[in-house]
Amino acid sequence: MPETIGFLKPRQAVLDRRREIIADLTDLLPDGCLISDERGLKPFETDAFLAYRRLPLAVALPETTGQVAAVLKYCSRYGIPVVPRGAGTSLSGGAIPQEDAIVVGLSKMSRILDIDLFNRTATVQAGVTNLNISETVSPDGFFYAPDPSSQLACTIGGNIGMNSGGAHCLKYGVTTNNLLGVKMVLFDGTVIELGGKALDAPGYDLLGLVCGSEGQLGIVTEATVRLIAKPEGARPVLFGFASSEAAGSCVADIIGAGIIPVAIEFMDRPAIEICEAFAHAGYPLDVEALLIVEVEGSEAEMDAMLQSIIEIARRHDVMTIKESQSALEAALIWKGRKSAFGATGRIADYICMDGTVPLSQLSHVLRRTGEIVAGYGLRVANVFHAGDGNMHPLILYNINDPEDAARAEAAGNDILRLCVDAGGCLTGEHGVGIEKRELMRHQYSQADLNQQMAARAAFDPQWLLNPSKVFPLEGRPAA
Amino acid sequence: MIVHFEPASEEGIASVVRSAAAERVTLSIVGGGTRSGLGNPVRADRTLSTRRLAGIVTYNPAEMTMSALAGTPLAEVEAALNAKGQMLSFEPMDHRPVFGNSGQPTIGGVFAANVSGPRRYVAGAARDSLLGVRFINGRGETIKAGGRVMKNVTGLDLVKLMAGSYGTLGILTEVTFKVLPIQPTAATIVVSGLNDAEAAAAMAEAMAQPLEVSGAAHLPESVGRRFIGGALPEGAATVLRLEGLVASVALRAEKLAAALARFGPVATLDIDQTKALWAEIRDVKPYADGTMRPLWRVSVAPSAGHQLVAALRLQTGVDAFYDWQGGLVWLRMEADPEAELLRRFIRAVGGGHATLLRAGEGERARIPAFEPQAPAVAQLAERLRASFDPSRIFNPGRMAAMA
Repeated sequence: MPETIGFLKPRQAVLDRRREIIADLTDLLPDGCLISDERGLKPFETDAFLAYRRLPLAVALPETTGQVAAVLKYCSRYGIPVVPRGAGTSLSGGAIPQEDAIVVGLSKMSRILDIDLFNRTATVQAGVTNLNISETVSPDGFFYAPDPSSQLACTIGGNIGMNSGGAHCLKYGVTTNNLLGVKMVLFDGTVIELGGKALDAPGYDLLGLVCGSEGQLGIVTEATVRLIAKPEGARPVLFGFASSEAAGSCVADIIGAGIIPVAIEFMDRPAIEICEAFAHAGYPLDVEALLIVEVEGSEAEMDAMLQSIIEIARRHDVMTIKESQSALEAALIWKGRKSAFGATGRIADYICMDGTVPLSQLSHVLRRTGEIVAGYGLRVANVFHAGDGNMHPLILYNINDPEDAARAEAAGNDILRLCVDAGGCLTGEHGVGIEKRELMRHQYSQADLNQQMAARAAFDPQWLLNPSKVFPLEGRPAA
Repeated sequence: MIVHFEPASEEGIASVVRSAAAERVTLSIVGGGTRSGLGNPVRADRTLSTRRLAGIVTYNPAEMTMSALAGTPLAEVEAALNAKGQMLSFEPMDHRPVFGNSGQPTIGGVFAANVSGPRRYVAGAARDSLLGVRFINGRGETIKAGGRVMKNVTGLDLVKLMAGSYGTLGILTEVTFKVLPIQPTAATIVVSGLNDAEAAAAMAEAMAQPLEVSGAAHLPESVGRRFIGGALPEGAATVLRLEGLVASVALRAEKLAAALARFGPVATLDIDQTKALWAEIRDVKPYADGTMRPLWRVSVAPSAGHQLVAALRLQTGVDAFYDWQGGLVWLRMEADPEAELLRRFIRAVGGGHATLLRAGEGERARIPAFEPQAPAVAQLAERLRASFDPSRIFNPGRMAAMA
């Protein structure tokens, strides 16, 4: 497809020194920790934002914080861009490299360092997967709350880079609300520690700034996260509606009534059909919209909360109510939802938008989204975190048809502008990456962007860390 | 003579800042002035108050968000929320009792100082509720960051940075924050007679249960009688708060009492006593004693709080009680602030930080109020500050001892 998203022009001085750089980095790292052959580099040329690819200069896979520091010190000395990478599941191109960049992958740093149940914290290396944390502490009755759909693969380092959310953050918050501390390497190889088991360190909230900074401020190598006692039970319930509008207003009324379930997930008819065909989750196929509402607590508490939710749903002419009767059914319901992106990928190529809107705008934005996509002659499936207004329209297209792809990208951009205009934002949890970089001007003024870029430059004065991401390529300060 | 500015508009503030930056005139930024004792003393040429920039801008209860101008009195915000059955989940402390001052705390001041209370331990700090800000940076530019939605990863999170920056990066003009429904009822389980170490174990046990405990504090015998008019049971009181639906709280209270029975005698407080008790814990009632005796707010890992206090007791006269499962230690020193001793012991028990909340004037000028940072972090913070306020005109001295 024709590329509409640009990258920074590779630095010729870096490309010219390729062999020397590879030799130097090979010396700095243990055997088997540097990849530089084309075949070996191939898996690192893109992430889950598949439409764009760039082969990096080399890939470093350090085993220790000290090795990460050595690589960054070297790169800053010679002005070589660095692209940090976790599991490469970014949906916005956050981990896509560029020709003059060293990818620093954290996959070899995958040890759990400390589980402290008294203080309810886990300290892990950045390459540990999200799910691994919860699985490790599950036998003791705890879990780590943020649960992005890619949690089986995605790493905690990547979660910190993108401030990842998930289905259950309506109650438990996103990564930034569950992150207690990090060890990180700055652009010049300096290692710093922020936060820790003691809450609310004084001074500027650098930890809060680092979380969601998309690998531009440093490379996180270790993280301390908060663990939470697992609820006694959790029960997802399906509510089917005759229209997306009815489902949307039902969500607003549930929240407005002061009820905060753990999760409220939304699917429209195309999404229901795709997910049901894949997961056989028992979703009703005769409805236009589906809500998965999960409540948790003891049996009595769940019953009480569900009763209130059912009353509200009835006011919105709910067509189907289906409670899971067993752990197996509950797991199936979530399997259907969490495999939505994968299942969609089986029937078509898609791009996934991630705008967030105020709840009162949900119905309006859903309707306009449908109109926009239809206007481009494409199809859309909506599956998203409704409780916090975080929408995920999946725009279906054919990646091999350049015109189709261009239309999909244009439709996506229109939808994101719509989200901003409705009082929301471009991205709720996937990050800006390369995908939404140029749209930043729609959400922020130049003064806003300048202030963000000045803060970025305080961490990375040479703009070497993930330099093609987040900020529009034009109008950047001279490095 | 100190010149005092009270602009009534955002543009008015921006214009004062622009002139100040051009003339290199430093500004002390104040809201209600009730928390001016936090941090080190500010030495500025002029004072700029946000007091007249007041009023709730939007409040949509169904979206659980509110936007208010920075100078809006906290009392006005809380009254508006209360009328719709909602609240600030982070339970901001009222500093007036410990400082012995009066005035109206502002919502901008709450976020600028990241002021939180007992529920912070489970529901997050003020910074976790803050969704969006508008502020004037040191160049006099109006900057907006964040927004009014719950999830937002668009660009760098300057919102977090503004929370707890004590007006040294910019002047907040408007804040947008998340609110939560007030739970229908609350109760407190009291376990009596535990020493500090036993209490830490009991609180850890309570927090490990799937019972959503929303407050865990330990009030040793020396302070126990000072709370709720002496109505707590005799001896040390380890207190655990439950909030929620009526049936649910009753059920959880039963389970929690059963789980803690092996630690000591258990009693239950009703909703009214619970509200009064946790407000007094939040506002550090035992040490709101009308004196200027040194008061520290210490944050360590919950398992380390009682170890720290035990170690200090061997060296100097201290009185203490605990919040946040034992990790937040309120320390009142009998005489000298003992800053070096305290900070050395904090490092010895695994790290954390001590903030000098109250002390005599000379001591406040001499001792870094905030925990000094590692040199690399301090340098980074200084570069960051320069990126917001290149002429260094905002609140000079307030966080200075950190660098």
